Amino acid sequence: MSDLIADVAVALGRGAARIVDLTHTLDPDFPVIILPPEFGQCARFRMEEVSAYDHRGPAWKWHNLTLNEHTGTHFDAPIHWVSGKDVPNGAVDEIDPGVFVGPVVVIDCSEGAAKDDDFELTPEIIKAWEAEHGEIPADSWVLMRTDWSKRSGAAYLNMAEDGPHSPGPTPAAIELLLKRDIRGFGTETVGTDAGQGAHYVPPYPAHYLLHGAGKFGLQCLRNLDQLPPTGALLIAPPLKIKGGTGSPLRVLAMVTA
Amino acid sequence: MSEPLVPPKKKDPQKRTTVPVLPPATRSRAALGLGVMAAQGRFGLQVCAECEAVQYPPRDACHKCLSVDLRWQDVDPSGTVMAETTIRVSPEPYFRERMPWRMGAVKLEAGPMLNCHLHGEVGRGDAVRMALKLDRAGQGVLVALPQKGSAAMQDDPVLRAMSSDPKYRRVLISDARAPVALALTQALLKAGASHVFLGEPEAWRSWPERAAFEAMENVSLLPLDVTDVTSIEKLAAEIGGKVDILINTASFVRPGGIMGNDTGFARDSFEVNTLGLMRLAQGFGPGMAARVQDGTNSAAAFVNILSVQALVPDPGFGTFGASQAAARSISQSLRAEFRQSGLRVMNVYIGPIEGDAWFQPLPPPKVTPSAIARSVVGGLVDGLEEVTCGDIARDHYARWQADALLLEREMTGGGS
Repeated sequence: MSDLIADVAVALGRGAARIVDLTHTLDPDFPVIILPPEFGQCARFRMEEVSAYDHRGPAWKWHNLTLNEHTGTHFDAPIHWVSGKDVPNGAVDEIDPGVFVGPVVVIDCSEGAAKDDDFELTPEIIKAWEAEHGEIPADSWVLMRTDWSKRSGAAYLNMAEDGPHSPGPTPAAIELLLKRDIRGFGTETVGTDAGQGAHYVPPYPAHYLLHGAGKFGLQCLRNLDQLPPTGALLIAPPLKIKGGTGSPLRVLAMVTA
Repeated sequence: MSEPLVPPKKKDPQKRTTVPVLPPATRSRAALGLGVMAAQGRFGLQVCAECEAVQYPPRDACHKCLSVDLRWQDVDPSGTVMAETTIRVSPEPYFRERMPWRMGAVKLEAGPMLNCHLHGEVGRGDAVRMALKLDRAGQGVLVALPQKGSAAMQDDPVLRAMSSDPKYRRVLISDARAPVALALTQALLKAGASHVFLGEPEAWRSWPERAAFEAMENVSLLPLDVTDVTSIEKLAAEIGGKVDILINTASFVRPGGIMGNDTGFARDSFEVNTLGLMRLAQGFGPGMAARVQDGTNSAAAFVNILSVQALVPDPGFGTFGASQAAARSISQSLRAEFRQSGLRVMNVYIGPIEGDAWFQPLPPPKVTPSAIARSVVGGLVDGLEEVTCGDIARDHYARWQADALLLEREMTGGGS
């Protein structure tokens, strides 16, 4: 009789399965979301030496970090948004750890996003994907691949005088995903919503609708081009922060090699 | 006629950088007052409150009536050179490296006879304008200047040694996004700076003003964020050896008092305005301090642009004022630490800036970026430590000097 977990371990050891890192490096120069300046802002990632094998600590090196729950590649919990503030177990420390590992599907929007900075994920695109790969299974992560993570510098936020321009889902697309009862939604951009997401009804539909329904978000992902449309396993456990609305994290995917 | 400075050659990498030596710095407590005046670019001496006799050298009791009520005040700087001498031998290392050195005696129209350094364009019998200058030890010394000097009078070696003149020097402006950065860059280049480096924080956040800097010659935008110690270490490693003047323009402003304000904004204020200054000093200070005697383009000055709220806060900007007061305090400690190298710390106090969105609802008068640029360059040329720019800063600084507690009452209620 075979042991399922042991088989996975063996497959990883043999190279029959492999791990894809979907995480950006925490780096002071990695963009964070920019809000109108009179609002509170997301702290940038900062790292200062406590000691470095010197008079402050002769045999060891370590740093103090400053960052926001939503700095770098990060997880959004339901209580991040006003619509989800009363969701039971909606903080990162309260979420059932069982949901941090699970199935993931990837919808490839990279072609459209290459042509249109404001490319929208619509119900039509989701349905076309389902026509090819089958209906999105309940309780799975859905990742929107745009190859946006290959951008760097000012092109990542792509800020203009009328705000940032980056791809994201329409309200109807999120409603369809909720109908499929997904676990969460992830993107390569700085947020789960489009750069111009403030102008939808409701504003920021991914945040508003997903978190209101108790679903999760992942953003600032990368290497989605290395994932199959279906069949990968996502590993995304946030830090266990008391009352935390989100967390920077290491996001990994296990794929069949 | 002064010999105009020539652009410095590239350094000979086989020669050791000259170690800064300083002129003698010991002074009586009374004589420190010369430095107080010099730091502000004022010419003044002690004047007896009882008999009005002007005193020189500084002392504790009036030379005429023995009153101890001697007050420093501005005095007419006109005088005549009565005698001059050229010193060719000295036991002091600083002067030995600069021989021969001319000194003279000037009869001040206000009364006393002064011993002073002579500018190259003045000699015996000349009518002169006396100035108090900070020497490299940071002490106030008297210099006789021509009434109307030649175009190159600022290049005179005596004056050059005492000033922080940007001519042929390389300047680092810490934050290119600051409202004053563009005007400052233009003014520095016009004053003869050979290169202006500007720190660009968060290059991932686009800003249309960038194009203006890109179009300028002898200007470089380089990654630098005063809140990010790594970026400071990196840039100091790259260009730390050629920063002759550092001007800290980084500033974080948010309105709001203390009880209702956000500690997040307060923390940002301290991260940028206070700790940012400390990080810059740690990153660039040691390299600059080692190069104070490194030829024509030696390191000269570390400049902070501070809000005059560093002296007394406007309660409507409570946490901002707190961070400015702390930054001023840091600048004073820095001044002491740099004193032994001769590197000058210049604080330029300003009021609300015209065009800065955070001061938009405030009534005039405001200070324009070009006025700030003029004050910074003027202060560097004159070798000052304390500069005020604009009506508000000038007025508050004067009131603070006259009576700090009265100014606090004016600022915090009861005054109009």
